[in-house]
This record gives sequence, C-alpha cells and structure tokens, in this order.
Amino acid sequence: MSENTSTTPRPDRVTLFASCMVDQLAPDVGESTVEVLEYLGVMVDFLDDQTCCGQPAFNSGFRSEAYPVAERFVDLFEKVNGPIVVPSGSCAAMVRNYYGDLFRGNAELADRAKRVGDRLFELTEFVSQFFGTDAISGSRVGTATYHKCCHLLREIGVDEQPIEMLTNIDGLEFSPLERADVCCGFGGAFSVKMPDISSAILDEKLDFIEANGSSTVVAADTGCVYQMQGGLRRRGSGVQVVHIAQVLAESIKNSDSPEVKR
Amino acid sequence: MKPLTVNFRSKAAMTLADAQIQQSIEHVYTGFYKGRLTAAGDTPDWEDLRTKGKAIKDHTIAHLDYYLGLLADNVEKNGGSVFFADDAEEARRHIIDLAHKRKIKTVIKSKSMVSEEMGLAEAMNDEGFETVETDLGEYIIQLANETPYHLIAPAVHKSRADVAKLLDDDYKDGDRVPDATELTMMAREKLRGVFERADMSVTGVNFAVAESGSIALVTNEGNGRMSTTVPRVHVAVMGMEKIIPSIQDLSTMLRILIRSATGQRISTYVTMVNGKRRPEEEEGPEEFHLVILNNGRQKLLEDPQMRESLNCIRCGACLNACPVYRKVGGHAYGWVYPGPIGAIVTPVLTGLKDADNLPAASSLCGACHDVCPVKINIPRMLLELRYRTAEGSTDKDERTSSATERGIWKAWRMGMMGRRRFDIGSRIASIALKPLSRNGWLTKVPPPISGWTSTRDFPAISMSSLKSRLRKRNEGSK
Repeated sequence: MSENTSTTPRPDRVTLFASCMVDQLAPDVGESTVEVLEYLGVMVDFLDDQTCCGQPAFNSGFRSEAYPVAERFVDLFEKVNGPIVVPSGSCAAMVRNYYGDLFRGNAELADRAKRVGDRLFELTEFVSQFFGTDAISGSRVGTATYHKCCHLLREIGVDEQPIEMLTNIDGLEFSPLERADVCCGFGGAFSVKMPDISSAILDEKLDFIEANGSSTVVAADTGCVYQMQGGLRRRGSGVQVVHIAQVLAESIKNSDSPEVKR
Repeated sequence: MKPLTVNFRSKAAMTLADAQIQQSIEHVYTGFYKGRLTAAGDTPDWEDLRTKGKAIKDHTIAHLDYYLGLLADNVEKNGGSVFFADDAEEARRHIIDLAHKRKIKTVIKSKSMVSEEMGLAEAMNDEGFETVETDLGEYIIQLANETPYHLIAPAVHKSRADVAKLLDDDYKDGDRVPDATELTMMAREKLRGVFERADMSVTGVNFAVAESGSIALVTNEGNGRMSTTVPRVHVAVMGMEKIIPSIQDLSTMLRILIRSATGQRISTYVTMVNGKRRPEEEEGPEEFHLVILNNGRQKLLEDPQMRESLNCIRCGACLNACPVYRKVGGHAYGWVYPGPIGAIVTPVLTGLKDADNLPAASSLCGACHDVCPVKINIPRMLLELRYRTAEGSTDKDERTSSATERGIWKAWRMGMMGRRRFDIGSRIASIALKPLSRNGWLTKVPPPISGWTSTRDFPAISMSSLKSRLRKRNEGSK
C-alpha cells in the first residue's frame, strides 16, 4: 500500500497540518516533523490559521459541533496545492475516512473534502511512500521498540514501514513489541470518559513494554504517546515514549554526515 | 432475555477487578484470535473470500423478503413447517404450544444465540419440559444459571475448578482440578441419558440455504448431530438475517465462518438438514419446524446507517480482537450479544437509551473491522450510535448526553473556529495548570478531564504553540 513507489515524483514542497494536539501540547513533535521533511529536501509551509480537524467532537458524537470545524479545515487546506502532511494517523484517518460520513448531507462539501483528503498523508506514510523507508539514516544510541497506533495501522494502512525506518538508524537496537498492534487504550475522550477500562487496556500494553526491556517506546500518534507515557510515569518506570518524528529528527542531528538522500 | 444494558459500567468494573476472569478470558486472544490469524494466513485467497462473503450478505440482506419467501417455500416443499415470529414472546409461545401438542417430555437444545434472545430454555423448563443445553459450554452456563459470555465460547470465563464444582456436587475447593477431558467425560455421562430420552430438539441455524430449504449447523461436539437425528421433533430457530441464497454460497460462508471463529479449517461436524426424515431414510425426526425470528431486526433493516450489522454471521472474531471486550467481559454488555457486534446491534434491538454506554465503550481501535469475515465496519456504526446519543440525531428521545457535556463541546467548537481563540484558550489552560505541573507533567487535573489522572499523569500544556515556534524558527533563519 505505501511501498516506495519510485515512479511517483518526489514532492519538494508540502503543507504541514500539525493537528491540534501537536500544535498546542507537543510543538516539539511539530518541529521535529519539519526537520525530518527539510532533511529530505522538502520545503514545509505552515498555515497560521489552522486549528483542528474536528475529530474529538465527531468521535464523541457531537457532529453539529464537529461539522463547522471540519468544514473550516477543508476551506483552509483546499486553498493550498500539493501534499499535506500530518504527524498523526488518527487525524489523517478522520479527514480521509470519516469526513464522508460527517458531510453525508452535503455532497458538494463531501466532494471537496475528498479532494483535500486525497492529498493528505500521515508523516511516516509520506516518507515511506515517496522517499522510502531507508531515506533517513541517522544515528541514535539506545534500545527501542515500536507500538503500532491503531488508526495509522488500520485506517491508513501503515504497518511495518516505521519499524523499517527505525531499524535503519545506526546504534539503535530495535526489539519488536509483543502485541504491538493491540490498542493502548487511549481512544480520545474514551480515555477520560471510561478511565477504568482505558487503563485496564493500557496496563496490558505497559506490561508488554516493561517485559520488552527497551528504554524507548516509539509511536506515531501523540495521544497514544501521552497515554503510554502517562501510565509509565505513574508506575514509576523510566521508559520514555516518544513520537517517531522526534526519534528521526534526533537521529538526523546525531548523524555525522547529514546529507540529503535524494 | 431481559436487557440489562443499563448496568454496563458497574458490571465492567466488577469484571476488571476479577483476576480469575481476567485470566480465563485471555484465552480468547491466545487461542481464538491467534488461531484465526494463522488460519487466515494459511488461506491464500483469504481477502477474496472475505470480499465474496460480504457481497453474498449484502445481496441477501438487500433482497431479504425474496429470500425468506424462497426459504419458506422450500422448507415446506421438504415437508417442514415455517413460523415467522415477530418477537421473542411469539416465538416462545409457538414452540411451547408445539411441545404441548406433541406431548413432549424432554427437550435437548444445541447452541443458539437466538434461543437466548427468546429465553427459551428457561421458559420451557418453567412450562414443565425437561430442557437441557447439550453444548458443553452452554450446559455449564445453564448449571451456573448464567448467560453466555461469548458467542462461540459461552463459558470462556469459567476456570476448570469452576466447571468441576458445577458438574460434581462433591467437588470442593482444594481438590485436584480435573483436566478438560475429564470434565467433558463428566458432562457426557450426565448428558447421555438426556439424549436418549429426548423427544424434541431445539437447534440454532448457522446458515439457512434459500434455494434448497436446508439449514447448516457448525459444531465441534457432535451434540448438534445428535439433536437433529435422535428426537422425533426438531425445531430450528434462526434470526431472519441468517440466510444465504445457495449451496455455493454456503461453501464460501463456511470457510470464513469457521476460520474466523476458532481458526479451524473446518469444524468437527458440519450438519446439513433438509427437513424431516424421508420414507427411505433410517433416521431423523418425524417433524421439522423452522422458526424465523424478527425481534427488532426489521429496525436494523430499515436503518441505512445500521443495516450492515445484519451481515453478521456470529463468528465471535470481533470479540476476540476487541481490547475492551477482553477487559470488561461478556456479561457487561447486558444482553445476548457481547463485544463490538453487541455494541452495535443490542442498542438498536433493545433500546439505545439504556444501552448508550455500549457504543461509548470503545477506543475505536478498529480491530473488529479488521478481523470481521464479512468486513462489517463496526467502528463507523459505533460512531453513528454515539451521534444519536449525543445529539438525538434520529430520535430526540435517544439523546442521553448531559447539558454539561453539550456545553463543553459547544465551547470546544467556539475555541476551534478561530486561530486566536485557539491560541488564547491553550495559553490560559497552560497558565492555569502550571502551578500543578512538575517536570512537564501533572498528577491531578480538574474536570472534565479529571478521569485521566486517576491512573495516568497528564502532560502539561506547552507555553508556546507550534505556530509561534515555527515563526521564531523562520525569523532565526532569515
């Protein structure tokens, strides 16, 4: 699905959709995303007016509230050309797979949304599809494992590509996580609405993380990163959970010869 | 069966705290889920089979009236009778009347979720018929006076010691725990006599084949075949969606059903029944009756957003894959159908208002959709039901959201409709939470997100947005 298709021309300019969470809670992830893209020779534009795709309200059932926010997203991003990159599989899935449902009463808007969605890529999807999973060869010493965030895996279809990207980093000792494709229990508002169930699911995940023994857990969605890190901190564990954009950006910085592989 | 969906939260909490059940229920992942994964991997045309299975069900449900008519005609041609029951009560009454008229004494039941909808075994016992479940798991559940925990493994939550206690009155805590074979032999000894004296059987239907008027039963214990051959009256019960057009379709559906359910390539028994015994045949019942149950399914059929749920073939794969089901267990869902499929059909069949927690109890991970043999998009329907409970979008009476919740989302929307508001709102939150944070994390946050910090630290909200960071970055590089 997202193999390196070398016949596709490599984009040299994209628009970043930060996602509301990265924008306000985790700007580091956003900066790392920009650094990764620039390393690949891609110029990154940022639309100052962006806020949210509408997913939080949509997933909670409040479509009347999600609708104008999503419509605003479409209005904003249809004004720019070329690929849109977001460091979140969940937000990518909202725009690509669920705007059709949200806008089902408005065929014209649904159609416009689809055209925006067709240009929207999740970060690791974008990198692996246009540049290949071996395009970033930095170095980062340490042990790491990878959790497969649900929406990136099942809605966007990115599975092993991020792992290939991680194993391409010098000094990074990768060991696969048991039940890597099982949910961490985040689920947006679900994590707050039903914290007991959300945490029981998380506990299973954290048991496997601790059994894995890696000092770093890599994931590609900020919500899942916070769910796992928040739980590990509460357990008193020193394991760090980081967004893949940060690992890649850090590896690039650590690399001796940061040259663009094009 | 009376719906108890309203107790979801408390039942879930009980199960979360029950270490024995948590351990027992692991089997649905390590056994069934992994089994399905291997079986699907070993089937080269697996994805094509799923696509075909979905197409067969889509087509059948779109022409359900036609195929039900065809099925009824062919069952009658084969010498059977057909009864369409509008609801569980009507179905129960019909079967009990039938049993009275035939002077039935003992009824053996094989596994059927639809009979659970009817509360049939209990009702028949109350009417004075000795009614015994013959599927081992169902038998255990009947002895325990519980309801099934799982679509295909009704007693999956029971430990072997639990089962020993139910099968052997003399069994005490601390006695050696019998192994599965020994437990099966104990049940077999008890059930054998019942099989011999039974004069009526009630079975489910895995698939009803319209073109031939036959029913197919998938079992692993042989009790299904005993039920369809020994007693003089055979009553088969089915939900009105359990129908496929042809025998060719059956070959596709059996392949995906069995692999998805247990990971077997084929079950120990696949029983095809074409009605009552024919003159030239040596065994089989003297009468065959098919009871086809609506019980709210018409509502699903008429609901374009929910209709796809009628494609379900009850394999249980979505339960095994579901991280929520594996923690809260089958009884939390409060009715016959647990897990992801239960979370979408139960609210429509029994009333969304009391069942609003069922669609809410999901991380929307999508594992159910991924494993479904007929590709039912369960997450999409969970979201649809959330829409209905949040806003009363199809029926004002279905709205269960609180005024506070509605207010929060209204405020959220206002905050998201302009970049300045978005930035100012976030900065206010970050300043307000700052005194509570240490090293960028908080151990306690105020409502409405206070639930988070019951078990997890919460990240401090950044003092600067990405927008301002990038602006600084660009200024720096100029």
